[in-house]
Amino acid sequence: MDWINAVLQGLLLGGQYALLACGLSLIFGVMRIVNLAHGVLAVASAYLALWLVQQTGMPSFLTLLVVIPVLAAVGYAIQRGLFNPALRHGELSPLLVSFGLAVIGANLLQEVFTADSRKISIGTLSTSSVELGGLRLGVFSLLTLVVAVGVIVGLQLYLSHTRIGRAMRATKDDPEAATLMGIDERHMYALATAIAVGTVALAGVFLGMSTQFSPTYGDLVLIFAFEAVIIGGLGSLWGTLLGGLVLGVAQTVGAQVDPAYGVLAGHLVFLVVLLFRPQGLLPKAVAA
Amino acid sequence: MTLLHVDGLAKSFGLVVTARSVSFHVAPGEALGIVGPNGAGKSTLLNLVTGAQPVDAGTIRFDGADITRMPAARRTALGIGRTFQIPRPFEGLTVFENVLVGSTFGAGARRKEADEQAWQALETADLTHLANTPAGSLRLLDRKRLELARALATQPRLLLLDEIAGGLTEHELPALIETISAIRDGGTGVVWIEHIVHALLQVVDRLMCLAQGDVVATGDPREVMASDAVAAVYLGSPDLESDTP
Repeated sequence: MDWINAVLQGLLLGGQYALLACGLSLIFGVMRIVNLAHGVLAVASAYLALWLVQQTGMPSFLTLLVVIPVLAAVGYAIQRGLFNPALRHGELSPLLVSFGLAVIGANLLQEVFTADSRKISIGTLSTSSVELGGLRLGVFSLLTLVVAVGVIVGLQLYLSHTRIGRAMRATKDDPEAATLMGIDERHMYALATAIAVGTVALAGVFLGMSTQFSPTYGDLVLIFAFEAVIIGGLGSLWGTLLGGLVLGVAQTVGAQVDPAYGVLAGHLVFLVVLLFRPQGLLPKAVAA
Repeated sequence: MTLLHVDGLAKSFGLVVTARSVSFHVAPGEALGIVGPNGAGKSTLLNLVTGAQPVDAGTIRFDGADITRMPAARRTALGIGRTFQIPRPFEGLTVFENVLVGSTFGAGARRKEADEQAWQALETADLTHLANTPAGSLRLLDRKRLELARALATQPRLLLLDEIAGGLTEHELPALIETISAIRDGGTGVVWIEHIVHALLQVVDRLMCLAQGDVVATGDPREVMASDAVAAVYLGSPDLESDTP
């Protein structure tokens, strides 16, 4: 029973990882950019939500209506102002730029919000749970998993069936040919990043509601998101969902063996995938 | 009246001159053929006209407006379409989606109109039977057709073709020649780079020969092919007699 519980809790935890990872996956999928500022953006979103709650007294979940559009706009600006110019100098440049952004972002957060750990209060929702065959599942964790699946399905449908989504896939396949189709590649990249950072904002606020965070917490977020993306398969959103779930289960099952082994078990699964299946579990499932 | 007017175009990559001072013009409903040995600067010329690469000097006018520094995507929207020598389909998209991207963004059509224009382009290129096939799985002839269909879907007033007949069999050529003639007769200006000269001569109204970034000859297709200057480019000496058409 303990093991079943560990797996179930792992799936719920995996929902959070998948939600955190899908923005990273989308940016890599469309532009081949590994955005190292990913974790900082998630934590910054949590801080923005916290600040809104403290300043205006608005309900925690309502902050999403502000945080997501603001961060999406930030994402658009980052792509147009930093990543697009960097892309002209090869694939390494955006990586370095995003690294710089991550360092600057974390230090800025520390300046403004101090290094103290914070949490966004969601009242009784954080402790309420439902019972399922003798097991207790946290309501908020369930909600996170549902939102993660919803976001990934939504992104997938968007990419498959809308004109902008098709243009993103076309630009991903061949940016020069895409401009010949009348697509402004820089704008399309910026839209993709805006959407991706919008999902990061959602994930970051959810993270801030479920756990204590501090300005440097983004490092951990980046590592878990990165592992989820690699385990699932680069550039595949369904893969990222699966990767998040696998990572979550590995951590909770590892913790069941010994509470100290949780995170380590996740890293080991990541390593095993890199060694024996470097293309990931679902590399070609979608054209994202 | 000219549709495309290129004047004094120059482009170098380091010491390699791919266009020295190239001038030419194309009218609506006119087809200009471009021949020349490999490395003559033919494909680069198309890149300059579409905006894929910036020019060093010279001007490009389209429909009277100076587009020399206009971004590539806007030139497409104005009505300049182009096919690649080596087909570059969007491999993750279906054939229909490939063409739909062109009609949506290139021609600015919406929903039903975009679907219809895309479908029409597929019909012209004889690809409707493969509409739902992933473009990545097409064979060469169909990839060439898709290049054409995708360019047509942007509703070009000027169509730039880069060796679209290359790699096709003799048996496959007549249909292509007929299609391109029909596009030209519909009022679209055509610039066609091609090594298969006999195919080219069945369509083009004028012919330009390029060599090492220079215009060697331009004018009536048969006269150009028969000229000493062009023979010299291909055979190395004006004194030798050419038996190519």
